[in-house]
Amino acid sequence: MALPALDSPRWHGTAAAFFYGIRSVTTTILTAVLFATYIGIGALAHDTHFSLFWALLSTALVWAGPAQIILLAALGSGATVIQAALAVTVSAIRLFPMVVSVLPMLRLPETRKRQLILPSHFTAVTLWVECFRLLPQVPRERRIAFVNGLGVGLVSTSLTATLIGYHLAANLPPLFGAAILLLTPLAFLLSTVRNCKTPADVVALTLGLALFPVVSMFNTGVDILISGVSAGTIAYGVHRWRRR
Amino acid sequence: MSAVQTFIGDWHALLILVVAGFLPNEVWRMLGLWLGGGINEDTDILIWVRAIATAILAGVIAQILVLPPGALATVPAPLRYGSVLFGLLVFLGFKRSIFVGVLCGELMMLGGKYWLG
Repeated sequence: MALPALDSPRWHGTAAAFFYGIRSVTTTILTAVLFATYIGIGALAHDTHFSLFWALLSTALVWAGPAQIILLAALGSGATVIQAALAVTVSAIRLFPMVVSVLPMLRLPETRKRQLILPSHFTAVTLWVECFRLLPQVPRERRIAFVNGLGVGLVSTSLTATLIGYHLAANLPPLFGAAILLLTPLAFLLSTVRNCKTPADVVALTLGLALFPVVSMFNTGVDILISGVSAGTIAYGVHRWRRR
Repeated sequence: MSAVQTFIGDWHALLILVVAGFLPNEVWRMLGLWLGGGINEDTDILIWVRAIATAILAGVIAQILVLPPGALATVPAPLRYGSVLFGLLVFLGFKRSIFVGVLCGELMMLGGKYWLG
């Protein structure tokens, strides 16, 4: 299901754009990856003895798979709330540059900040990756509605999966857990490779993969931040150097 | 306990969810909105920010593979790396299909686990 052409009258109205956003959920394999991941998260929430409402609320409010897994793992292993909060805060740093790089694609000169609150909340890896793929095919004045639709579609899918996983929990085969946890790195890696448009993207990805294992040996607690900012800055340097 | 109480659970747990789950994530998103909401699409800073986002994501990928959580830790390291590498190669060789790449990576991991017993 392709999106209408940029100048098509079918883009007329924000409701239509919102609908195209929801429908786009079916055009990416990342939706299936999210679904499987959230079945795992629902099952984990059940096994950690949280309520179903807690699990669903966590998917809607936190809306970041790795952070939810870290939170459940930390609380399940008896860590204090402060320890859990710190671990989640560090894991969530990537959301900052993601929001900063998505919002300029949505903005018009007259756009108000409050219109961008919902798209900011929906920003996580999947939405970030799909924005770079899909937004060039969406008229600029319809992009906020489109992204809100995409976000609602992805969150609804994940809520459904959380519900299913919560009820399945005890019946899932042991290998299923390992397969679900391998989905995240596999899908993240392939979709990021597909999104690499410039040499700077390629350098950032390759160097980011290579630097983390090195930095993690120092056990700083913010290893991902250190390796990410260094690799990203070197990639940016390469971009500047090539352009001269 | 009534069905509603079972569904909702205790308020203490919900408070923990907000403090340790919702706020630590939302703070970064709203900071991005507040500080980055005004940046122009064609500025150089954005290329830098995007490179950092990509590199941090690469770090998350590496972290899951190098320091695997939960059940993934039962998969030996060479099989973890090999499965992801195989998925990547299939992806690059087969029309850049994420679906086929992810599927082949998963199958290699499952096949490897089965073979190892």
